[in-house]
Amino acid sequence: MNEDHQEIRKPDHSEGDLIHTPPEFAVAEGEIHILPEDDHVAGTSLWKDAWRRLLRNKLAVFGLVVVILTAIISLIGPPIIRNTTGFTYDYIPSDVTLIKSIPPFKSASGAFSWSHPMGTDNSGRDLLARVLLGGRISLMVGIISTIVSLIIGVSYGAVAGYLGGRIDNWMMRLVDVLYSLPYIILVIVLLAVFRSSTAVGQLVLLFIALGSVSWLTMARIVRGQVLSLKNQEFVLAARATGVSTSRIIFRHLVPNTLGPVIVYATLTIPQVMLTEAFLSFLGFGVQPPLASWGSLASEGIQNIGIFPWQLIFPGVTMALTLFSLNFLGDGLRDALDPQMRK
Amino acid sequence: MLRFIIRRLLITIPTILVVITLTWGLIKLAPGNFYTNERAIPRQLRQRIKEKYGYDKPWYVQYARTIWPIIRHQDFGISLKYQGQPVSTIIARSLPVSASVGLLAYLLALLVGITVGSIAALKQNSRWDYASMALAMLGISIPNFVLGPLLVLGFSLTLYWLPPARWDGFFSRNTILPVLTLSAIYMAYIARLTRAGMLEVLRSDYIRTARSKGLRERDVVIRHALRAGLMPVVSFTGPALAFLLTGTVVVEKIFALPGLGNYFIQASLNRDEPLIIGIVAFIAITLLLMNLLVDIAYAYLDPRIRY
Repeated sequence: MNEDHQEIRKPDHSEGDLIHTPPEFAVAEGEIHILPEDDHVAGTSLWKDAWRRLLRNKLAVFGLVVVILTAIISLIGPPIIRNTTGFTYDYIPSDVTLIKSIPPFKSASGAFSWSHPMGTDNSGRDLLARVLLGGRISLMVGIISTIVSLIIGVSYGAVAGYLGGRIDNWMMRLVDVLYSLPYIILVIVLLAVFRSSTAVGQLVLLFIALGSVSWLTMARIVRGQVLSLKNQEFVLAARATGVSTSRIIFRHLVPNTLGPVIVYATLTIPQVMLTEAFLSFLGFGVQPPLASWGSLASEGIQNIGIFPWQLIFPGVTMALTLFSLNFLGDGLRDALDPQMRK
Repeated sequence: MLRFIIRRLLITIPTILVVITLTWGLIKLAPGNFYTNERAIPRQLRQRIKEKYGYDKPWYVQYARTIWPIIRHQDFGISLKYQGQPVSTIIARSLPVSASVGLLAYLLALLVGITVGSIAALKQNSRWDYASMALAMLGISIPNFVLGPLLVLGFSLTLYWLPPARWDGFFSRNTILPVLTLSAIYMAYIARLTRAGMLEVLRSDYIRTARSKGLRERDVVIRHALRAGLMPVVSFTGPALAFLLTGTVVVEKIFALPGLGNYFIQASLNRDEPLIIGIVAFIAITLLLMNLLVDIAYAYLDPRIRY
């Protein structure tokens, strides 16, 4: 009873779409374990199929291209800037008259100049170099925190779903409680209790903090998947041949939930990046001289009336990246979920 | 049905207590206190403050002193930073601001989101569909703290149409920009959910039946399809509404509104223990009740669901 209405209550759209994966999807993957000679045929066709469907989706391809481009540019951009204009993200010019925000494509005197294509921030640091560094850090926060949430969420959900019964009920009740705890205070306290003296240490804290609050939905999705998988023949076969519980969970069940997990992970990345930006906006996130798109935007907001470029460049770059990531995630869902096949 | 509601309400109480305990524990783990300041406080003075607020007692006494009045009288105590102001007064004062902005934003989001989502679903794969879904995706991707200042930049600082900040009551032009900023992301979500729900419903057999018995398209859509197609939107309403009512932190900060979210961030920064616990408990209660309401609405909308 309790379980039933939980299932009904929380079909937030991502989960709702994913839970009802038709059996043929699961069985095709399950056969990998049972019939190794079918491995090649069954395994590649699913992923190849998905890949082909993804490539047909123009918006998803657009998203993929933009995301890859953003990653490449923010990786190779800073050294190029250092070698051409000589600016780095933390270089503050010693010339006192320069300590003011310079508009894009202007020099300190107001004439046209190529030296700061995005202008400078309040301390005279090159904004382009900082936006690129922000890209590195924002993407890194997104990816690493998502991996942390993956590890926690997948194991938690799989264990709860497979063990079932009272354990499952209690584990999911805890997830409900954590859902109603305003996570922001958790993160704020985590960041405060273990406050690190170095900027890099603070970053690592941010990874852990964000990862440890964003695993809840992942746990629910994996649990739903495992619930629908655990009564299938291949699990029965594994149990009958004496495979240990942990091996059944992590070698037999978890690989079969991969499709929905990949989709949801792709959608978690922009969510985590948004949360990081939100925390940085409130002053709890990335600390200077490091920068993320969120912290840059929050600095920009202070001067919105006078130096609008300080908000517009990091803000628009971030929105574009999140936009692309969301499209990519949507495309992946359509590609990996055979039920949505048109 | 009634048994279900009563049982859910009974589960709510221990859940709230767990939430309060967790929050209390986290605050106690954090270094620093509400009286920590840049300037060092003399040792005797610090001792006096500790004694006054019971911070010199062992942790279980402090816990009991916090939790007992809450259980016994629903009394969350007096704010440490806003001296002499009970937590309940602060919540009662700031809630109307958050609630009115939040409700207005949500109504706007429902209106626009359902309309746009339905049109997109009815004209699937048309130019309308693609345009509105791209726009919805944009709404999800632009952080509200970027959208808000951009709106201010456009409508206040460039066009001089609307005031950029401050709260001036519910019916004032000051409310427009915060509501727009807040509703953008919900509009986008609701449009996407409506479209997905409607697409699924429009393909189902009973819609074909309704069409084949000669109902007008308008009746098919409004009377038959919308009711089932809006289920995902209904389930999204619970959490969304609770966060709107309480967590409008960003919008309140940008537009300098004296709402609940603003107080919550201030309280967290100030380590204002009673105020933090009070607001957290309030948010948790709202969230749980909203979820219950959603479940009841579900049973009402979908006759197949029985509790």
